[in-house]
Parts: sequence; structure tokens; C-alpha cells
Amino acid sequence: MATRYFGEPIKRNEDPRLLKGEALFVDDVHLPEMLHAAFLRSDYAHARLKGIDVSAALEHEGVVAVYTADDLGDYWQPGPLLVPPPPVERLTFHQRTQVPLAKDKLRHVGEPIAVVVATSRYIAEDALQDIELDVEPLTPVVGLESALESDAALVHDGLDSNLAAHVIQEKGDYAAIRAKAEVLIKRQFVYDHGAAAAMENRGVVADWDSKAQQLKIWDTTQAPIPIRNGLAAMLGLSESQVQVIAPFLGGGFGPKIMMFYPEEVVVPWIAKQLGRPVKWIEDRQENFFATTHERSQIHDSEIALSKDGRILGVSDTFLHDTGAYAPYGLTVPINSQCTLLGPYDVPHYYSEFKAVFTNTVIVTPYRGAGRQHGVFVMERLLDIAAKELAIDRVEIRKRNYLKPDQFPHNHEIIYQDFAPLIYDSGNYLPALERAAEMIDYDNFIKTEQPQLMKQGKCVGLGIVSYVEGTGIGPYEGARVKVDASGKINVATGVGTQGQGHFTSFAQIVAEQLGVDIEHIRVVTGDTSEFGWGCGTFASRGAVVAGNAIHAAAVRVRKKVLKHASEHLEAAEEDLVLEGGKAFVKDVPTKSVSLGELAQMSNPLRGAVKPGSEPGLEATDYFGPERGATASGVHAMIVEIDPETMMLEIKKYIVVHDCGKVINPMILEGQIQGGVAQGIGNAFYEELVYDDDGQLTNASFMDYLIPTANDVPTVESDHVETPSPLNPLGVKGAGEAGAIPVGPLFAQAIEDALSGFNLEILKIPVSPGKLFELLQESGDGAQ
Amino acid sequence: MKPAPFDYHAPTTLAEALALLDEYGFDAKLLAGGQSLVPTMNFRLALPEILIDINHIADLAFVRNEDDGLHIGALTRHAELERSELVAEKAPLLAEAMPNVAHSQIRNRGTIGGSLAHADPAAELPAIMIALEARFRIQSQSDDRWIAASDFFVDLFTTELEAEEILTEIVIPPLPARTGCAFLELARRHGDFALVGAATRVTLDNLGACSEARIVLLSVGNTSVRAVLAEQSLQGKALTGQNIRDAALIASDQDIEPPADMHATEKYRRQLTKVLAERTLTKALERATSAP
Repeated sequence: MATRYFGEPIKRNEDPRLLKGEALFVDDVHLPEMLHAAFLRSDYAHARLKGIDVSAALEHEGVVAVYTADDLGDYWQPGPLLVPPPPVERLTFHQRTQVPLAKDKLRHVGEPIAVVVATSRYIAEDALQDIELDVEPLTPVVGLESALESDAALVHDGLDSNLAAHVIQEKGDYAAIRAKAEVLIKRQFVYDHGAAAAMENRGVVADWDSKAQQLKIWDTTQAPIPIRNGLAAMLGLSESQVQVIAPFLGGGFGPKIMMFYPEEVVVPWIAKQLGRPVKWIEDRQENFFATTHERSQIHDSEIALSKDGRILGVSDTFLHDTGAYAPYGLTVPINSQCTLLGPYDVPHYYSEFKAVFTNTVIVTPYRGAGRQHGVFVMERLLDIAAKELAIDRVEIRKRNYLKPDQFPHNHEIIYQDFAPLIYDSGNYLPALERAAEMIDYDNFIKTEQPQLMKQGKCVGLGIVSYVEGTGIGPYEGARVKVDASGKINVATGVGTQGQGHFTSFAQIVAEQLGVDIEHIRVVTGDTSEFGWGCGTFASRGAVVAGNAIHAAAVRVRKKVLKHASEHLEAAEEDLVLEGGKAFVKDVPTKSVSLGELAQMSNPLRGAVKPGSEPGLEATDYFGPERGATASGVHAMIVEIDPETMMLEIKKYIVVHDCGKVINPMILEGQIQGGVAQGIGNAFYEELVYDDDGQLTNASFMDYLIPTANDVPTVESDHVETPSPLNPLGVKGAGEAGAIPVGPLFAQAIEDALSGFNLEILKIPVSPGKLFELLQESGDGAQ
Repeated sequence: MKPAPFDYHAPTTLAEALALLDEYGFDAKLLAGGQSLVPTMNFRLALPEILIDINHIADLAFVRNEDDGLHIGALTRHAELERSELVAEKAPLLAEAMPNVAHSQIRNRGTIGGSLAHADPAAELPAIMIALEARFRIQSQSDDRWIAASDFFVDLFTTELEAEEILTEIVIPPLPARTGCAFLELARRHGDFALVGAATRVTLDNLGACSEARIVLLSVGNTSVRAVLAEQSLQGKALTGQNIRDAALIASDQDIEPPADMHATEKYRRQLTKVLAERTLTKALERATSAP
């Protein structure tokens, strides 16, 4: 048996460079004569912009130019609608997208108004303070419910209300089944997600080479190819004149695939205008206002059940905050709508949402991308039902899981990829049972918890399920090539944001070609290396790019075997590829290296067979018909100090099913990181807007990101239910760690405080909020 | 997040620094660890015209024991105090509080003098100094004076320091006999500014009753706040569980007017005050009982 690469916990190829500070990030790009840009941003949530005077700013020594919307001329256009609304019958959508620099009206704090270009960022920021604005403040639109009231101020003057979209999707007949239900549970839920707060803020460097007529852009984007295509069109250049490089990214998590950010549009234009390289690096304060968020939804939900706890149907009506513009279409609320169904058999479903414009930062997907909101509603409804019906919370989930013979399972509504929501595969019970075993569920509930409670300790357990639609299309591509040195080059169009692509993609190639992964060089996110593709988002890198790479590697393997068979005079089926060589099975001395084969296939003199292609190289593409559905169970034990409401996580378990695992160590890292962000969302982070539309906690002093001290080590295990929709059988895993943490906290806290009459219907929760909840419920902290 | 332009001076002696302060007064700011000043300058909330960097004045950083107590140079880094065996021995309350002072990266740069002069009501060190009855040496070109910690802090970010003065040295007197101290704080994340914190010290008389109690609270007002009524309620009394609980209730209900913010309501701060007063008193009593 040849050495295995696929499925092995191989150390990451990219880590030595990252750990030694040798990896290139956008801010590492330094070019001769480079200028620095700083943006003047709105201090107002909502205002009429009547005039801008930049003359004093221009007088600063070192300031080269100052631009406003008017200076952009015809280049000034609202951004494209990145994701059009899906083909849902009952759908209203009002397209309003962000603009490069504000003109006439300011719609959120942080919206860019003007840009100063100077010889240093310091000077540029000094000059910003001398730009004079003539502004008439307008009533800010902040609350979701009040935004839809008839007398609300309008974020967009041309619309009759702040309604951005209204969507109804239905399966079966909820009203009819409701009439027959033995149990109805109705609650209002509020789920708030936060800022991705990637370690690296955004940044753009653009360099126009007028002699070569080439524009080169370094951009912290998850989607370099669409950025290249869009900018080329906007700037009137051919795509071949524009190179976009997304080098190493210090995290992306979704907001780095919003397209196009104003700075992404304006900085390349300035570079071309001035004929000098221009750099803009977002600072942490800007990041809170200039990079997209994910935020609140308010759900009015009802579940109909039989007395034995079987789900008959669910009805859910919610409001979704889309911020000042909706360039990402309906991806987030559609994900909430679709993911709510979870791993459960829900025969009747009524789901309606309204997306609402507000004078706040734009909402686009952030790790989980609305899935959290839906999962919270469903898991909470089941918890409350379990209590009301006196059914064990694990048992009620078991009773409602889709069974293995129900796949593929059609939920009869439309998903974010415009395809019907059909789960490709799944097997939910083993993960739940394994998680219950790992957290020692029965022993904890029956023995440990009662004993600790007797000693006055408040300990509780949470256990929740979720699914994650992953690996959606449309497609990705890859090129795999054997060099004359025997090294392998792999190029793909997806960007990378720290997921370990340089290793996991190499493993896919190594599996086919028998070359150790340190000899495989993976290039992602450079449009000059590979020019077709979409980007890294929606947990699709491994599924879509991974399978494209696999397809290309399989074709190279065929070429290698064919050439080696001719050279070694042996049948292809008798050949083994291992250690960078092809050799005859059981005769390792009869061998030829891949490098030699590459050279032979690319001769400098002599004749080749007519019709043969040079080199050992292949390009291939993969586009799934629809996404692959991953799933999992999280379980946690917490202890709460009943006097202070301070919470400590004692144990955290994840059992996850993302089909075939490429690299379990990288997967564990993904899950651990996702859980950290989930814990932040559930218990620490909250974007607090006041009534004036000011974000009141736009710094890491008050926007609380959990640190290593606050995040436990996750113990994880895997169930493998391969996806039938792709040759590798993989499913995405990027968002799994982050999705179900809100309901997990809610359930575990309620369990720990079972002596009090407490229901957690809002996320995030915090010690202070728990204290208030207890005050409201009349129990009070002891 | 780039600071506005400023002139920069880096004196190597105290005399030079004092001369610069004398010259520039209110237009100047001292840069010690920079852990609060630099972020506020980057946000352009602080716009000093002159920055006097005192990090090169080597003889401002020291920890030594003398007859009248533990002497600490104002430029001594938090990390140094955290690791100092002398501090652990002579001022165990300070040692106990140090790991709560922000994060280790901040403790590597931040200085004791900087923290005290900044006078953040959520900071640990002002409360510790009041609890330990520390004295501060304040120097200017024309004056050299000492002031008690309890008189030093005036209001939010405001102290008795004049524009031309530098806090140069801190003296913590030895603890009286039969005295125990305890520090506790509660924060959302370890290293954050505390939601509430308590630095408590109790001294017992020969019969085991409380001859003196000090309860200094942080994050519940514009400065560190002494829970005076609670302290008085314990005077001369046996520190029974009931008496401690009563005192904690007085501290939380009568001694403070805590602020509300996004992390804690006023009511929640009172609850945490009660809990921390009780817990630190109990711990301090335990330590006083076993103290020489």
C-alpha cells in the first residue's frame, strides 16, 4: 500500500513561514513612491450632505490629492448586487447597494465621504481633520421594529418604507396542522451576531504601471478573481491587464468577501489617476464601521407537536437587520430561514421574513451567515417543548431526527444557492449518542449534577444539534503541474484566509501523485496564476476547490502513469507512485522520478507524437449540483457562581460530520476556532448601537472578544457520512464550530440555574444580563 | 488611528525631565509605559504638543525595602512588581492584585507611577495604595513633597499632581501586627477592567475583634471608593459571618453610587460589591488570624 496523505493529520506546510513572520500580508507590500490613503467617514448615522470643502486639507504639506464623490465622475456608481434574490415565488426585494463615496446623503456612521492621499498615513489623517462638511442631521433609523412603523424616517428616499425585502417560503400546510396539534409553543427570540473582528483588518495596495499598462492590486479579499473582473470592467481595462493578489489573510470569516467595498473601488482608481502606488490599510477603529457586520434578527416562532414530542410543524416570522444597504442580497436571512429546520423531520413549515434598512453598518455573512439565528430558534423551541412535555432533551431530538433512509431529503424550499434545499446525506443519531457518551450525559444528569447541586453548586449541561449547508457552487478550478525538478505546482482561484489550504490541497494532490506535501507548492488567490473561480466562502473551499484539484490531480496521475509505463515498459496497473517516483510494484529499483518524466514530456529537440501535449499538467473544474449538508452536535458543562452569575466552562464536546476528513488536525483547528467565535457570539460580543445610530463600543476595550483564557479546549470526534455529490465525499467544516453555541449556552445556563424560573430567549447573554433576568423573574441572585 | 503631530523629548535624568515640565507645563504629557496615553493619542482624544518620554531615566525604576517600608520607583513595570519576591513578602496585597492588572503584554510595559497618575477608577493600583496607606513622593523643579494615597486621587482621571510635577516614588509602610489583606475582582474576561474589585485589610486586636478595617472598592465611582460606613460598622466588633455580611450590605447599599454601563447595571455592581466585600473580608480575617 502506498503512503497515505488524504486523511492524515499532517502538519501545516504554511506554518513555518507564518510563525517566522515571512508570509506576505497586504500591509507588507512596500513600493517605491507609494502614497497612503485615509478616508473621511461619516460621524452621523443619517444626514443630508450639502457640501464639502477640502481646500484646507489640500494645503497640508505632503498631501497629494483629496477626492470626493464628484471627483469620481462616471466612475461613481453604486456597487453591484453581489447575490441577486433567489427564485422564490413570494418575494419582494428593493435593491440598494453601497456607493464609493457618499453623495447627497450619509446613511451610517463610518460611511466614507472623502479620501486624502498623502506621503504618509499620519499626514493623511492630519488633513482629514481639516475637511469641512455642511451637513443637515436627519432622524436616525435604528430599531428593527420602529424602522417599519409608518412614520419612520427613510434610509433610502426613493422607497416608501425601510423594507428591503419580504420573503415567504412554505412547506406543507402549517395552519392546518396547527389546528390538529396537541401542543403549541410560542415565543419571541432575539439573536444578535457581531463583528468578525479578524486579526488582520482590511487593506488594499494598488500599483498602475503605465508603461506596461498593467494594474496590480494586493487586496485582503476572499475572492480575488471576481474583484479582478469587476475592477477591470469598472476601469475600462481588459481582465488581462489587471492582476489581483490576495496574499496571506489574517482571517476573513465572510466580511472580506463583501464586494465591492468602497476602498476596493477607490484606491485602484486613485493609483491609476496619480500614476503612483497607493496603500490603504484599515485600522481597528475603522474596522468597526467600515467592514460589514452581522447583527440582529427578531423571531416570532411557534412549534406544533404531538403529545409524544414529535414535530408537526413550525411557523417562524422574523425581522432581519440588513443595515444601510443590502449588497449581499438575501443570503443571511435565507440561511436563517433554511437552517432553522436543522436535522429534524419538519413536515409543515411556514417561514416569513422582512429585511429592514437601518442607519447602521451593512450586514453581510459572517461565519455561520445567519445559520446561528435559525438554529437558535429551533433548538430553543425543542428545549422548551421538552420541558413542557417532560421529555428528556436528548430524547426529543432523537425522536425528531431525519432517519438515514430519508436522504436525500427535500425540504421543499429554496436555499441560498438558488437550488431546492435538499440534504444530500446525513446520519444524525451516532453523533448525538457519541456526544452524550463523551460528556457522560446519563451520569451527569442522574448522579453528578444532583450531588453538586446539593453542595450549592450551580452546574448545568447543554447538548444541541445543527446542520450546515456547505460546499455550494457554482464552481472552482485548479491546475496541477509537475516541474522538471519533481516539485508539484498547484494553482487554484479561491482565496485563502488561514484555513490550511496550502496543506489540505497538497494532501489531495499527494494522494494521487505520491509526492510528499513539502514538495507541493500551492498557490491560491493570485489571478495571474489561475484566472477562473469564485472565492472562499460558505464552507466551500475543501468541497469545491478541493474536488477541482482532485480532478486535475487525477488527470496528471493518468499522464504520469502513461509516460512511466512507456518508459519502464510495464503495465500501468503494475506501477506505484510513491516518494516522487514511479516504480514497478515489488521492483522498486525499476523506477523513474516524476521530474524526469516531466522533462521527457517536454523535450527541447527531437520529435513528439503528433497531438501530444507537452508536460505533466492538467486543469480541471468542479461544480456541484448543490451543496453538501454537514452536521454535528455540541455539548457543554458549565458552572455558574449563583451570587455573581460568572460562568465557567468545565467541558466542551463537538462531534462533527463533514464527510471524509482531509486532515483531522486542520479540522480540529477549524472547530476550535469556530467554537471560540461562537462563544464570543453567545456570551461576550455585542455591537451596541444607541438611539442616535452611534456604535458605542467600537474598540476591543468594550467589544469583548474572548481570549485564550476564556475559551476551553474542545474535545472533538467525527462521524463520517460521505457526500454522494462529490468524488472526495467531503463536506465543508468552516462554520460548524460557530453555529450552535448560542442555544448551547442558553440550555446549559437554564440547566445550571434550574432552581430559578429562567428562560433565555436572547443571545448574547452575559453575567449582567443573567442577573437582570433573575431580577425580572423575581428570584434574584442569592 | 495615528496621533496628531507632537514634539518628542527623551531626558535621561529626572532633573532634565523636571526642567522640561517646568518649561512646557500643561502642553506636555509624560510618557511612561504608554499603555493608556498612546491609545488615547491614537484616537486623537489626547493631543499633547510635547511628549516627554521618561523611560530613559534609569534611577526611577527600583524596588527596595527600608525601615519605613517598601520603596518603589514610579517607573517600575507592573511585570517587575508581579515577579518581585520583595513585594510578595512586604506587600502581599499588591502581589495578589498584580496578575489582575490588564494582560501580561500590558504589564510588561505599564508602570506603577503611570497607572497611579492616570487615576482610572477601574484600575487596581490606586485601590491597593489606599488600602495599604501608601505615600507618594511628588517632585518638581521647585518642590519635593510627600502625599498620602488617600489624598492623592481627586476625581475621574484627576489627581493632586500639578502640571510641572512628577510622581517619582511610592512607599508602602509595613503592615501592623495581626493584619490580613485580600484582593478580589470580577471582570468579563481576565485582564479587563474590573466590573467591581475590592482591596480589603483588617487588623485584629488582642481579643480577636476588629480594631481597623479598610475596604477599598474599584469601578464603583469616579475614584477608588473607601466603604467608610461598612468599615465603621466593623470597628471593635468580632468578625463573625453575620457581621461581615452586614458590613458587605452596608458597603453595597450605602457607601457607593456605582455607574451603569453596557457591561453592568448599577444594581448588578451593587450585588458584586456585596459579594466581593464579603469574600475579601472573610479571606482577610483568615489571614489576619494566622498573621504574626
